[in-house]
Amino acid sequence: MGASVLQLREVLAARFDVPAGLRQKPEQDVLRTGIAPVDKLLGGGVPKGSLTEICGAASSGRTSVAISLLANATQQGECCGWVDAGGVFDPASAAEAGVELGRVLWVNCQGNAEHALQSLDLLIQAGGFGLLVLDLGDTPVREARRIPLASWFRLRHAAERAGTALVALEREICARSCSAVQLELSRKAPLWTGKRLSGLVCQGESRKHFRAQVTDFEVVR
Amino acid sequence: MYACIFAPGNLEVLIECAEGFSPLIEAQPPDMVVFDARGLDRLYGPPASLAAEIERRVGVPARIAVASNPDAAVHAARGFAGVTVIPAGEEARVLAPLPLNLLGGSPEVAELLHLWGIRNFGEFAKLPPLGVAARLGQEGLELQRLARGEASRRLKTIEEPLEFEASLELEHPVELLEPLSFILGRLLNEICERLTFRALAANALHLRLKLEGAPDHTTTLRLPVPMLDARAFLKMLQLELSGNPPAAAVLLVSLRADPAKPRRTQHGLFLPSSPEPEKLEVTVARVRHLVGDGNVGTPRLRDTHRPDSFEMRGFAPSAYTGTATVMDTPRAPLLSLRRFRPPRYAQVLVVNQEPVRVSSPTVNGRIVMAKGPWRTSGEWWREDAWRREEWDVALESGELYRLSMETDSGRWFVEGSFD
Repeated sequence: MGASVLQLREVLAARFDVPAGLRQKPEQDVLRTGIAPVDKLLGGGVPKGSLTEICGAASSGRTSVAISLLANATQQGECCGWVDAGGVFDPASAAEAGVELGRVLWVNCQGNAEHALQSLDLLIQAGGFGLLVLDLGDTPVREARRIPLASWFRLRHAAERAGTALVALEREICARSCSAVQLELSRKAPLWTGKRLSGLVCQGESRKHFRAQVTDFEVVR
Repeated sequence: MYACIFAPGNLEVLIECAEGFSPLIEAQPPDMVVFDARGLDRLYGPPASLAAEIERRVGVPARIAVASNPDAAVHAARGFAGVTVIPAGEEARVLAPLPLNLLGGSPEVAELLHLWGIRNFGEFAKLPPLGVAARLGQEGLELQRLARGEASRRLKTIEEPLEFEASLELEHPVELLEPLSFILGRLLNEICERLTFRALAANALHLRLKLEGAPDHTTTLRLPVPMLDARAFLKMLQLELSGNPPAAAVLLVSLRADPAKPRRTQHGLFLPSSPEPEKLEVTVARVRHLVGDGNVGTPRLRDTHRPDSFEMRGFAPSAYTGTATVMDTPRAPLLSLRRFRPPRYAQVLVVNQEPVRVSSPTVNGRIVMAKGPWRTSGEWWREDAWRREEWDVALESGELYRLSMETDSGRWFVEGSFD
């Protein structure tokens, strides 16, 4: 059986001048989040040239994962952009997490999701960014869902051409089939020490991956 | 070889004529220019042909001299009418009949020479140099070298001030941005051409619009890297003017560029790519136009403990050198705060000195866990000093927030959510 398949391949290759084997998908370049369980869950990290959705309710660890990704990307010399629909990016937290702020272009859209999408479109067309984060974390779900699928498709296509890792932070999955990776986060338990909140145990679930499906990880203060 | 043109009262004409031959021109006001004519023999042939060409181009009656050094040419032009060409090595012989007053020098030396009966260049040139040095000193020796046509020096060339400015007065006031863009485009092209000619770029553009019945409208575009792209400049000015339009119709447009050396960088083959600064600047200007000034850029933390204290700067990522250490040993990720701006005013019910319930337009609920107070204060020497207590709280819904209370006023705010 095996021999006949090989012979058939050889015949086809000779006749049509094409390799008749299975096409191997080229390995994608990824940006690591720096959180080992999450990287494992995502198959190495957030893929470049694709749209990744990180979603979850408030206090589920979305921002911490994205900031950790931003810290890794800036430390590797990538120019990054944070398009902030709600204007909630905290530079102090980011700097503490290791983000090189000098390599981050922050666009504060002051609650206007439409402006955020337009700004993201402009930045992605400019090219040269290694990572662009669209923060819709505080945008109401109804408003986020109003973003047409065509817009997400265009963004994904632009990210593909520019080789940029495009990450959307949301409350719920919005881009559906346009995103290559969907990571859904939920909070498991806050950690308290002394007079402060000291950390958070989160659970991540990969919605578009065939390997490890669920993982727990901890973010600390 | 140097050429000298002498025409009383026509210095500007002479400079213009000399500029047609050489960029190295020395002006000797009020009526003479000398320029470097070395290498012009390839274009105009022997010195006599060059002198004839100068005579043809100058357009006014002038004395012209060509010699192997500037001072010989100057003296010949001053002393001989018409065109004089001094072959190399013949300077002393040709200059010999010139009167001694053309040499210049101090009155004392001139008087001594007169007393000795020296009347022209030739007689002075024949004197033994050692005797001249003993009696007239260093100045006498210098003058004798001039008289022999042997002195050599560099030209004190005319330095044009590096100003890149263009302006246009309009016949009719312009009210719309579109026709104004055409004018700006023309001026920008003119300035960019001048910058290109000097191999320079611009790192700032200053636009001044004289308005009809209103104060001048001025705008400055500061560029993070020197640029030389008239189209990009035009786009940035258009965005700037559409964001901050002039208050009245425009009567005069004036544009000035600050020159700078152009950016020259060599990117590494294996380093991460970064946005092209020229393209990025236009993109950032577009985004700024969309979301407002001060909402785009790179945050820079201020040197203070005051919460949420930062300033926005222009985005100009430095070149990556590849020396930063990648986090190979992953450290525990940090919990981030999503900061509400401005902090949301809240009503908080406090029982036994602990918050137990929070209500605000967006954050409501029973507090199941509260940790604090974390007291901070600072900048007591300023009017806007702060004193506050911070609480980390978990609501019944599981959401985690940071609350703060101003100690002086007792008002509560929701600072942000932990996420």
